[in-house]
Amino acid sequence: MLFGILVNEGPYQHQASDSAYLFAQAAIEEGHTIFRVFFYHDGVNNGTRLATPPQDDRHIPNRWSELAEKHNIDLVLCVAAAQRRGMVDPDEMKRNKKDADNIASKFRISGLGQLIEAGVQTDRLITFGD
Amino acid sequence: MEEELEGGVVKKFLYVNRRAPHGTIYAHEALEVVLIGAAFDQDVSLAFIDDGVFQLKKEQDTAEIYTKNFSKIYSALEMYDVEKLYVEKESLESRGLTEDDLSVDVKIINSKEMKKLITDSEVIFNF
Repeated sequence: MLFGILVNEGPYQHQASDSAYLFAQAAIEEGHTIFRVFFYHDGVNNGTRLATPPQDDRHIPNRWSELAEKHNIDLVLCVAAAQRRGMVDPDEMKRNKKDADNIASKFRISGLGQLIEAGVQTDRLITFGD
Repeated sequence: MEEELEGGVVKKFLYVNRRAPHGTIYAHEALEVVLIGAAFDQDVSLAFIDDGVFQLKKEQDTAEIYTKNFSKIYSALEMYDVEKLYVEKESLESRGLTEDDLSVDVKIINSKEMKKLITDSEVIFNF
C-alpha cells in the first residue's frame, strides 16, 4: 500500500513525530511504501539540524534523516509554516535574506500542494497529531 | 504544475475543523490548506464540530489579542468553489449558538449525518 504521512506536532513536546516514525518504519518492514512525510504546524520543527537532545535520548530529526536516506522517503516541511517558525533551507535563506539555514539532511521545504498531492496520490493519508 | 500530476483523479476531501479559531494556530493554518487545496479540483467539503463551530461566528474582532482575523476568508470560500460547509447541530446547540450567529451559509446536520459524511470521505484532514 502507498502511504502518505502528515505530522502536525513538534518533536519532543508531543509523541506525534515518534508515532509517525514508528508507523513509517513498521509499514516499510511490512513491504509498504511511504510516498511522502509532510510536516505542518509545529511539525516543521522536526526538520532542524540544530537539535541537541541529551545523549541518552532519541535524536528525532536525525532519525527521520536516516530513515529517508535508507528508504528514499520524501520529507517535506510546509513553506508557510516553516517561514513563521524560522525553519530555513539554503533557498529560503537567500530569498528571505537570512544569515543562516537550519534544515536537516533529506528534508526539503515546499508548498501545501505537496500535502494535497499526497492525499490524491496515496491509498491512505495518515495524520499524527492532536 | 502540481495539478497535472494528479492524472484526473478526483477524491472526496473532508476538512474537519474541531478547534476554536483563536488560542492555537490550527484553525488558521487549516484554512490555508483549504485555499491551496481548492486549486486541485477535488470534491471538497468542510465540517465544523465541537469548538470548531466558533470559527464561523459572526463579528469576530481580534484587535486586542494581536492575531489575524481570518474569519472573513470563510465567506470568500465560495469564490474558490468550496461550497459544501457542514456544521454539527449538537455542537452548535451545546454552545448556545444558532445558524443566525454564523457568518456564512452552511448546512446543519446532526451527529449521525456527520458520522456518515466522515465515513463517506476519502481524504480527511483533521484540524
